[in-house]
Amino acid sequence: MGNEKDHLEAIEGKEKFRYIGTSPIRPDGVDKVTGRANFGADFTANGMIHGRVVRSPHAHAKIKSINIEKALKMKGVKAIVTGQDFPKIDPSDKVVGEVVVSFYDMSQNVIARDKVFYDGHAVAAVAATSIKIAEEAAALIEIEYEVLPAVMTVIDAMKKNAPVLHKGMKTEGMDPVPKRSSNVASRAELKLGNATEAFKDADVIVERDYTAQTVHQGYIEPHACVAEVSADGMATIWSSSQGQFMVRAFVAKLCAMNASKIKVIPSEIGGGFGGKTKVYLEPLALLLSRQSGRPVKMVMTREEVLRATGPTSGGHARAKIGAKKDGTLVAAELEMEYEAGAFAGSPVKLGCMTGFAPYNLKHVSCIGWDVVVNRPQAAAYRAPGAPVAAFAVESAMDELADTLGIDPLELRIKNAAVEGTQAPYGVKFPKIGCLETLRQAKATEHYNMPLGPNQGRGVASGFWFNIGGQSSASVMVNPDGTVIVATGSPDIGGSRASMALMAAEVLGIDYDNIKPLVADTESVPFSDLTGGSRVTFATGKAVVEAAEDAVNDMKRRAAKVWDVDIDQVEWKDGIATCIETDIHKPMTIAEIAAMAGKTGGAISGKANINAKGAGAAFATHICDVEVDPETGYVQVLRYTAVQDVGTAIHPAYVEGQMQGGAVQGIGWALNEEYVYSKDGQLQNTGFLDYRVPVASDMPMIDTVIVEVPNPGHPYGVRGVGEVPIVPPLGAVANAVSHAIGIRMADLPMSPPKILATIDAAD
Amino acid sequence: MANLDYSSPSSVKEVVKILTAAKGKAKVMAGGTDLLVQLRAGRLKASTIVDVKNISELRTIKKEKNGFTIGAAVSGAELGAHKAVNKAWPGVVEGLELIGSTQIQGRASLGGNLCNGSPAADGVPGMIAAGATCLIAGPKGTRTVPVEKIVVSPGKTSLKSGEFLVSFFLPNRPKKSGDAYLRFIPRTEMDIAVVGVGVSLTIDKKGMCTDARVSLGAVAPTALLVKNCANALIGTNIDEDALNALSEAASSACNPIDDKRGTIKYRTKVAGVLARRATVIALKRARKN
Amino acid sequence: MAKHHVEAIINGDPAEFLCGTEQTLLDCLRDELSLTGSKEGCSSGDCGACSVMLDGRLVCACLVLGVEVNGKKVETIEGVAKGDDLHPLQKHFLQEAALQCGICTPGFIIAAKALLKENPHPTETEIRYWLAGNLCRCTGYDKIIAAVQKAAAEMRGES
Repeated sequence: MGNEKDHLEAIEGKEKFRYIGTSPIRPDGVDKVTGRANFGADFTANGMIHGRVVRSPHAHAKIKSINIEKALKMKGVKAIVTGQDFPKIDPSDKVVGEVVVSFYDMSQNVIARDKVFYDGHAVAAVAATSIKIAEEAAALIEIEYEVLPAVMTVIDAMKKNAPVLHKGMKTEGMDPVPKRSSNVASRAELKLGNATEAFKDADVIVERDYTAQTVHQGYIEPHACVAEVSADGMATIWSSSQGQFMVRAFVAKLCAMNASKIKVIPSEIGGGFGGKTKVYLEPLALLLSRQSGRPVKMVMTREEVLRATGPTSGGHARAKIGAKKDGTLVAAELEMEYEAGAFAGSPVKLGCMTGFAPYNLKHVSCIGWDVVVNRPQAAAYRAPGAPVAAFAVESAMDELADTLGIDPLELRIKNAAVEGTQAPYGVKFPKIGCLETLRQAKATEHYNMPLGPNQGRGVASGFWFNIGGQSSASVMVNPDGTVIVATGSPDIGGSRASMALMAAEVLGIDYDNIKPLVADTESVPFSDLTGGSRVTFATGKAVVEAAEDAVNDMKRRAAKVWDVDIDQVEWKDGIATCIETDIHKPMTIAEIAAMAGKTGGAISGKANINAKGAGAAFATHICDVEVDPETGYVQVLRYTAVQDVGTAIHPAYVEGQMQGGAVQGIGWALNEEYVYSKDGQLQNTGFLDYRVPVASDMPMIDTVIVEVPNPGHPYGVRGVGEVPIVPPLGAVANAVSHAIGIRMADLPMSPPKILATIDAAD
Repeated sequence: MANLDYSSPSSVKEVVKILTAAKGKAKVMAGGTDLLVQLRAGRLKASTIVDVKNISELRTIKKEKNGFTIGAAVSGAELGAHKAVNKAWPGVVEGLELIGSTQIQGRASLGGNLCNGSPAADGVPGMIAAGATCLIAGPKGTRTVPVEKIVVSPGKTSLKSGEFLVSFFLPNRPKKSGDAYLRFIPRTEMDIAVVGVGVSLTIDKKGMCTDARVSLGAVAPTALLVKNCANALIGTNIDEDALNALSEAASSACNPIDDKRGTIKYRTKVAGVLARRATVIALKRARKN
Repeated sequence: MAKHHVEAIINGDPAEFLCGTEQTLLDCLRDELSLTGSKEGCSSGDCGACSVMLDGRLVCACLVLGVEVNGKKVETIEGVAKGDDLHPLQKHFLQEAALQCGICTPGFIIAAKALLKENPHPTETEIRYWLAGNLCRCTGYDKIIAAVQKAAAEMRGES
């Protein structure tokens, strides 16, 4: 389908959609409610053995020696690998895009070489005939460490004489390039106008420091995979991952194999939120399988997930906003330091790009520092980098509103980004729904409810770009007229249903006659991973185009049968009609499919695209809390999430994304944090003390779906998955601050912190 | 490498025999909700597990003439369903009922909770406040020990080699008695207590407190029986002044640590807050009885 | 010690397996009996993904030893539907979109089924507290609560 104009006409015009906008049952649903669906740890292979990882107990140390002799001698042990078994990768080997992917770092993160950089860093892996033997053998591996001082916080890492994690790390983005190595990997800067000057025009300025801690995505399914390398060097990997093609590419690189020799089959995935866009176990399992000649299964324990997979960055932010008395913003500044973890690559730049995006600002300065510390390497977590930046900005906006005596939503409405506003990261916004979310938030019953003693209300807005990227789709018409839609996008939240809905809309046939599936790397052309809120948008676009391709194929067949030109054939509601209807009887998709052989062979359509035109998403959240002034306990009373989704393909699943992201954000704001000992050992390695919200902690999360269609997608879709986690940190912090009458600028706002704040103020 | 043994005896005598023979390398298992976590984490230094759930004395609740006997391995779900114990000792029951989730409740027991020896055990302060005693069986026969004398330090009990906990006894209290257990946790469920307070008290017809026992959990190496708290209540009408004195006495008795669940300052303050709140609930219940 | 020979009734059918002492019921269900519907999320009883019924009691299978279930009855997610007929909870979880990734769903359904057996008319608060031991990271719990309420209504004959 063509251009923006076509899209807008299709959406805004005339008749309602027939399938889009309904909320049918997802095709994988029955398997999931009966326990039949196969997740990462549910797969077994004939002759399979089990792998376990040996992990560093030290946050920072040199590896002096590894002795595997005793372990190798143990009966049942079939293979052992260490860093020495992996190919050397050059430090310059990286892919530079929106995010930099360094294969050198990635390889070291998967298994340590000369140094370990965090408690839990993989040092060796053992495969044996049972998990018990693998664990016993792991305990027999002798590793000599020279413990080095651990650098656990950004502040400590940036101190003048801080121990340096990576020799030769000289801060990128500085001019001149620093002479000495440090723990600061890079500096990013975004500027619009001249904020320093523009602040002079402000009647009121608010400025404050904010802190946030390391938090984990908290998916309930631990990482798991099975890898099998056959004698002819062909590998098969079954993995719980957000991207089978990503796994193939990374494993190929890390194991020095040809990607075409690796087949990756995506299992059902039990949550990812960005945390499964990396490889941890797959390269280890592959090498163990190669060495042992047997398929190797590896499953992480919850402790390993928390100690050794990417959490997201904690860090600091200083936000400064200047405004006129009437609330017009004149200038804004944001400077942030994010924990990259053991290797460079925190999402601090994305934080800089998104923090002020909901506002129309001519003078903005954002600086971001990417700092390595002895914690696991950070991985994406739903709108990476944005939540902490928004926490600072939205808190500052709240403080500004309080100071000026303006309603916090009114202040945002007054300064909202609209079509044509220049975003801080350079782009001029096309049609967006920021203002609409603010106005709808203001009109909710929630916003107008009265509050009682010790209660407070907070609001916050948020933004996420959403991406497009490469997606492929195959639409295959079965002889009975039912259809298979194959894509390469793992389904985390119900996207298969949305693919089927969009195909149904194009083909004009019932949703129930479409079977959407997620194919492996050998059965569908390349697709970027599932993330960036891109699947409904980009893979959906590919599905629409592939379905249109199939429709054209079927029109061609009908034209052939009727012996007319193809432009004489119309397609509607699954039926081909000839414009001169009285001569030729219409043919249903089933009838055309039944004679496929006679008209040229099987019927299918395809589309391999690199989707452009992703629509930015904005959200505004409202949170009410009650704080017990004697204990600091916070109860979330009410929560409303308002979000522009473009067009809600499957409204119930869209609501689910909004609710899920909101609750993750609430957990982040109130109780989630990594707790390390002085020596850098992670103290809360399980769900007992890593406190995610439980059912009794939460109220119902009300949702308001706003639809400002995205002209870049045939059905107006904007990505919905990520922006819901951006406003909650600010919304909850603002609510608590109002409830106790003191600004809370330090997350998480656990009861001891709140009580200490209350008591200090007395 | 040695394998872990397992046995499930059907009599107290058998258990004592196995424990004595194992010379300290045996672990008694009731609900297993602490034991299996330790086993999984490689922290279990034992060669054999002795499952006591098939012994009737460990699983029954009996109303005796002068009190209740509760088997050490009775699960939270079972105790929670027992109407008579709920009526007489809501504080004891709510302590056990607060442990973990519904799933944990299907297995967790007062005996396991006590003998695991955590200073933050939810089931313990209520029992100490109740003046509960433990029936211990061992090679030399049985003995009775007050609950507060069982745990000597985190993770360690005063049980001798070959001994194990068979049941608890909750002695009857006079009419107009009430008890309560409150704990502070950062979420609504699923956390280990940051502070726990068990209060049991008796008032006379005029509303004056004639007896009281107050126990604090999670604020010292073991759960405490705080006499000063009791003294702040006894002889008073449990008015505002008495409650303030009680609060202060509770805070003063604290000897907590800073850890991932709470700070010394926080625990000390909240102990005072909860002591007051628990007393108010116990008083309400006493007035109703 | 040699492995234990365990005979139990699982989802109404006799089953037997061999296990070591340290193997949990969850290990045995998944690894010895290929009943992979119960999931392992934490191995410490904190997430509820392994929820099963043991002699009519809701428990975490990761905190029960396999050897303990000798002579006992176990119900897992695989036994909830009757052939093609989904249980009202399963139906309403689907209709209410109460699952996204679906890893926590088996545990929730077993736990909710146990709740409705004990309390056919639970309030929202009662549902939330009963299910506090089942973690979900995708849904924020909202639609799960709604699904349980709707299923309860249907089971009471109200819908």
